[in-house]
Amino acid sequence: MTDLMNLNGQVALVTGASRGIGKAIAQQLAARGVKVVGTATTDHGAAAISDYLGEHGEGLALNVTDEASIASVLKHIDDTYGQLDILVNNAGITRDNLLMRMKDDEWDSVMDTNLKSVYRLCKGVMRGMMKRRNGRIINISSVVGTTGNPGQTNYCAAKAGLAGFTKSLAQEIASRGITVNCVAPGFIDTDMTKTLTDDQKQAIFSNIPAARLGQPDEIAAAVVFLASPGAAYITGETIHVNGGMAMV
Amino acid sequence: MSTIEERVKKIIVEQLGVKEEEVKPEASFENDLGADSLDIVELVMALEEEFETEIPDEEAEKIRTVEAAIDYVKNHAND
Repeated sequence: MTDLMNLNGQVALVTGASRGIGKAIAQQLAARGVKVVGTATTDHGAAAISDYLGEHGEGLALNVTDEASIASVLKHIDDTYGQLDILVNNAGITRDNLLMRMKDDEWDSVMDTNLKSVYRLCKGVMRGMMKRRNGRIINISSVVGTTGNPGQTNYCAAKAGLAGFTKSLAQEIASRGITVNCVAPGFIDTDMTKTLTDDQKQAIFSNIPAARLGQPDEIAAAVVFLASPGAAYITGETIHVNGGMAMV
Repeated sequence: MSTIEERVKKIIVEQLGVKEEEVKPEASFENDLGADSLDIVELVMALEEEFETEIPDEEAEKIRTVEAAIDYVKNHAND
């Protein structure tokens, strides 16, 4: 019987892999025999990724808003590991503010890092995946891209944008054996949610039927599934992993 | 060594999965050879690789027929 979860020997790129959800994704893929290149914004972060990946891959510094930086990382992967099978667009930032107080650079940096980066990276990997008639692109969006969240017009717009991007690209390239999907985390126990105040957390918990934060590994599990051969017929989809806080 | 014409035709046959005799100079990829827009993008990619050249988007858009592809390569290929 074919193992529909077998990812052994594949090559993956995970952006924003130094901590939190990206780290969990990189580790879960590595545990299944995937060669993983994880990226961070700094050399220090990249070294930390290399440390935890060990022989399963390496960490590289990548600025997802810089075309040349992306090109050099993709070339390094091609030269070192061969054709990329799995792209996980996870890198993201928040610059929260009420719209009335939001600065242009808060809007622009979130759009550039969270949305345009995905456009750039997908374009960069497209030729190789098209030629091989195989590929998996998984974009990490967010529950708030669907529900909205006060103070996050920029972040929610970027994450909702990812969903539309994902559906369009999925339609363009489904016939070439490439799937494009989103995983939309709810509130996950990471540095990004540690900045929430207790009051904010209390308010959030009252809306989560599971009554707890999610764990990064619970997001990684959905990513691993979408990357696996068994998910070949799922494309343009968003898997929500949020303890029931939004059922869409 | 095959001529440019033969090499271009071979790529069209492979990329579009058509018969050699269908690949006439005046044949349109879209109307005669059943290619969709993504097929044409891939065809241009294959031509770029075979002839080690980069075809700019605005030029690629003009490559709609077998003849146009052959002419482009003849005028721009490195070899």
